[in-house]
Amino acid sequence: MKPAPFDFVLSDSLEEALAVLTEAGEDARILAGGQTLTPMLNMRLVEPAVLIDISGLHALDYIRCENGYIEVGAATTQVAVETWPDLPSQAPLLAQALPHVGHFQTRNRGTVCGSLAFADPSAELPLCLALLEGEVMLQSSARRRVVKAADFQLGMLSTARQGDEMIIAARFPVAEAGAGYAFTEMALRHGDFALAAVAVMASAGRLRVAVGGVADRPLARNYPADLGGDALDDALNELAWDLAAADDHHATARYRRELVRRLGRQTVEEALTCRA
Amino acid sequence: MPRLKAGELSRISFELNGRGVSGHAEPRMLLVDFLRHVVGATGTHVGCEHGVCGACTLRLDGAAIRSCLTFAVQANGRRVETVEGLAAQDGTLSRLQAAFRRHHALQCGFCTPGILMSLEDFLARHARPSEQEIREMLSGHLCRCTGYSGIVRAVLDVVAENAGQDV
Repeated sequence: MKPAPFDFVLSDSLEEALAVLTEAGEDARILAGGQTLTPMLNMRLVEPAVLIDISGLHALDYIRCENGYIEVGAATTQVAVETWPDLPSQAPLLAQALPHVGHFQTRNRGTVCGSLAFADPSAELPLCLALLEGEVMLQSSARRRVVKAADFQLGMLSTARQGDEMIIAARFPVAEAGAGYAFTEMALRHGDFALAAVAVMASAGRLRVAVGGVADRPLARNYPADLGGDALDDALNELAWDLAAADDHHATARYRRELVRRLGRQTVEEALTCRA
Repeated sequence: MPRLKAGELSRISFELNGRGVSGHAEPRMLLVDFLRHVVGATGTHVGCEHGVCGACTLRLDGAAIRSCLTFAVQANGRRVETVEGLAAQDGTLSRLQAAFRRHHALQCGFCTPGILMSLEDFLARHARPSEQEIREMLSGHLCRCTGYSGIVRAVLDVVAENAGQDV
């Protein structure tokens, strides 16, 4: 339960961190908050030759509103976003979801981008990024690219990030005026991994529902804005089956499908009441 | 850009409960192990070593964090507060510690240092938390003795004391 030896790079510039990453490639890991990576190191599920600590990179520690996006830098902690005064107005979905991310003691160090990089199927932040159709900014020494949420998370713990790239920021679209947002999850204890989590956006033009914790990644669907009654139940039932839930030691597939139907309905109704 | 080589010792210094401490550690040494094995401050306990049980929680620059998920080298030059710093010099317990004692909020005491350090940060940010908020905060700690009820009572008592003092 102690990490295998590694070189430790205390980054003081992004360029140098990227140069180390280019050289070491898959042998390196980026350490931001370390709330997921360090357990994996402690359990020796990963044994990188080099850890590149970016937690002290002030240039990546920011939250800014730009071009309709809330951009969160790779060194920005979850608690910094959670306590950002503009969060409830600019990103009500994140304001609802963040308290469910781990515990406040892990949010004090854990980063938003780190959660996206890890790509756990039941994690809240990838689910929010998927629902909101956000973007991930990837940078290597040679290039910078922006990847849509749907193209970024490829499966369980798997993303489109290349070995020489690091996430430098995530972009969450600013809340649409008049739209309602809601987030609900079911976990055995507060802060545990979600057995199922549902995020909903209800705007004048559409109803968008995303589910996490059931399939190998968060999946989102669009529906007509006026979907309700039995048609909504039917749509959620279809969605529950399409997610191809599997039994595991936390819950059965059948239980997860039922969560999608019930939490789905509850979350849609909550989003509709928030819609102006 | 400093690069610390695997297996090589580097010097680490930080402020521990108001006093400077230093020692040597490999990059892979966890902060909790540095405290216990190098500094000799064994008040902070280590349980699961993957961030779940909360026993190793301490404050780094004021924020409650898991010291099993932080490397010693990352604390260099920073401010660390642990359970050893809570009571006064003469041994008088802090209000939170005294409330824990009154309400039997511990039995074996293994989880207690972590819970106290979490609460120091939590109560600094939430002056009057509800019982539900306290229970949600405690979900970040495993206690197998008390069933949490004594802990919740102790925290509610301190919250009420604080509220009384504000008036």
